[in-house]
Amino acid sequence: MGLIVAIFLPLLAALLCWLKPLRKIAWGTTVICLSISFAFAVMTAGQVLRSGRAVAIAGWFEADGLSALVILLVSFVCTLAAIFAGGYMRHGSHQRERSWWFYCNYNLLVFALIVVPAFASPNLVWVGVELITLFATLLVGFESTPGALEAAWKMAILTIMGAPISLLGLLALYWAYHSSGGGTAETWQGLYAMASTMPPNLLKFSFLLVFVGFGAKVGLAPMHTWLPDAHSQAPTPICAVLSGIKTTVPLYAILRLFSVILASPEARIGNWMVVFGLFSVGIAALLLLQVRDYKRMFAFSTVEHMGIILVAAGFATHAGDYGAVSQMLNHSITKSLCFYAAGMVLLSLGTRQISEVRGLFRISPFAGGALLLSSLAIAGAPPFPIFLSEFSILSAGLRSGHNVAVAILAVLIVVAFIAIMRQVNGMLFGEPESTTPAEPVPLSCRTAVLVAAIPVVVLGVYIPGPVHSLLELAAQQLGGH
Amino acid sequence: MTGAQTQLIEGLNALTAGLILLTAFGMVATRQVQGVMRFFVVQSLFLAASAFLIGFSRGSIHLLALGAITIAAKVIGIPWVLKRTLPGDLYERREINQVINIPSSLLLALLLAIAAEFLVSPLLATTQDPVIHVNLPIGLAGILIGAYSLIARREALPQMVGILAMENGAFFAGVAIASDLPLIAELAIAIDVILIAVVIGVLTRNISQTIGTTEAASMSELREKPWD
Repeated sequence: MGLIVAIFLPLLAALLCWLKPLRKIAWGTTVICLSISFAFAVMTAGQVLRSGRAVAIAGWFEADGLSALVILLVSFVCTLAAIFAGGYMRHGSHQRERSWWFYCNYNLLVFALIVVPAFASPNLVWVGVELITLFATLLVGFESTPGALEAAWKMAILTIMGAPISLLGLLALYWAYHSSGGGTAETWQGLYAMASTMPPNLLKFSFLLVFVGFGAKVGLAPMHTWLPDAHSQAPTPICAVLSGIKTTVPLYAILRLFSVILASPEARIGNWMVVFGLFSVGIAALLLLQVRDYKRMFAFSTVEHMGIILVAAGFATHAGDYGAVSQMLNHSITKSLCFYAAGMVLLSLGTRQISEVRGLFRISPFAGGALLLSSLAIAGAPPFPIFLSEFSILSAGLRSGHNVAVAILAVLIVVAFIAIMRQVNGMLFGEPESTTPAEPVPLSCRTAVLVAAIPVVVLGVYIPGPVHSLLELAAQQLGGH
Repeated sequence: MTGAQTQLIEGLNALTAGLILLTAFGMVATRQVQGVMRFFVVQSLFLAASAFLIGFSRGSIHLLALGAITIAAKVIGIPWVLKRTLPGDLYERREINQVINIPSSLLLALLLAIAAEFLVSPLLATTQDPVIHVNLPIGLAGILIGAYSLIARREALPQMVGILAMENGAFFAGVAIASDLPLIAELAIAIDVILIAVVIGVLTRNISQTIGTTEAASMSELREKPWD
């Protein structure tokens, strides 16, 4: 039951924000509804830990370890981004009078993000992923500046182009399921059970199409070109959601289908996942070296991390899967913090160019501290959680005999680390160019940053028992041996 | 249903498949925005015809519903909404700039159609159903040719029609391989497709109002600029 509330509260919030008398308090409505939704997501995760899965409506809304983890992440990131949005809409936006429209749309996006991992049927997952794209496109173009509209258009064309491709892939999956005697009610659980009897050629064809179609939405190279544009032009709270979680949710769908394929004894595609993952990491590492806009820098780092998760899942071992899901968790919480830090720099200085930001520690110690912490964490410095998960991925790769892939991955991670730290170093230290005091950071933004920083700091040194069990359950669901 | 009737329906379905491929080539070969739109409407009509034929022969109410939705949305709804919301000069006597000229484009489209046939041939070994043997390769060819016209054309409206044509391809393959998909999933997918069209339409209008043109080529502010 908790799952239903967690899914539909954002939808209710969207409706409330749209009602005319309540438009003035849209921010409060959003924050309250999303916080309650988060509480119910935690409850759902607890239920999954106790009994293995949570079934709200059988065949429609179900959650196992992997879904519960993604739902929890969506809820956490989106609630904090909503709190951050309060300060942003009052101080940074050009469209203040349309803020109710922003919150309405934002709640719809959160609804779509939560419902995808909860859907039990792959065809409905497709519908959910397309809804995410639609609402995200509208939010990227929210500021209606030429840059924002250009970014929204590129994002719409490249990601919606993937829609018919992945649709054909999922219909082929249904064909495989139906023709091997699975009936018409297709669910992920049913697919796991039937995988060994489905024609392997058809499974591979289906995975190829879904990989291309959803991969465009994840931002995997070479379909990543929309991502830095959208992430640099969108309103800051939306950047945090786009980079932190909107890329993770289609990746969840890809990994879910990959685990179905792993359950089939004849279809072997793990090594292709490793190759494509390394390609994304490589492209991202090279682009990170020459980037000049700090929001684009964090966007390229998202491409890098998506590639790392793909490589880890491609190892097809339990240790690799554990690395993949913990990288998913750590990337979401850390990347949203990165964009809050970047957003505060933008709020106080009004420029996105790395070269124009100097001596940030003197101008705004709070924003500078947040930027330093989040950049160290996202680049993978110890003792932050991404260091731990990247380390476990590399060791899992060595144990499963992917020595060359591990060597390449390690080099690329180091290149990305150096690139990010070199850029951030220039922004933080040195003499500020102007002596005018920066705009103070709004209270709601400070709150969001402080809360977002807690898991980033804590998970690096101590992983609580329930979190570990949830990651363990999610990794089992990915089906590596 | 008698054997002769089944054969007639299979023959008619193969005919619509050929016509769908032909309209896909037509979209690649046309230079006017309005012409591309007309080819798209005709293609959607053939898609609906195929859904009706297969729905009739397999006794599937879902496919009949899907055919009706296709006519309502793609033949009537989307063209009407676009004409109402978009400024007239986006439509009339507008020539499309292309990266590759039309004869080479047609040749590439032909190669894509052959590639589609080649790609699905291992899958067709698993089934004897003649409808799938026709619809799956043509549907995939429709997707690939739509994707090509999307990449080659640098103008908002034809790009959008390219996406809708790709969807037609996916549906055309889908009516054959997933003809008994639960109605609710089918409806959800069909409504989603309409939503996509509406959102892109709104975005196109905003762009033409703010930037003053819908040539995607002129939208190139955002990219990685080289170091000075």
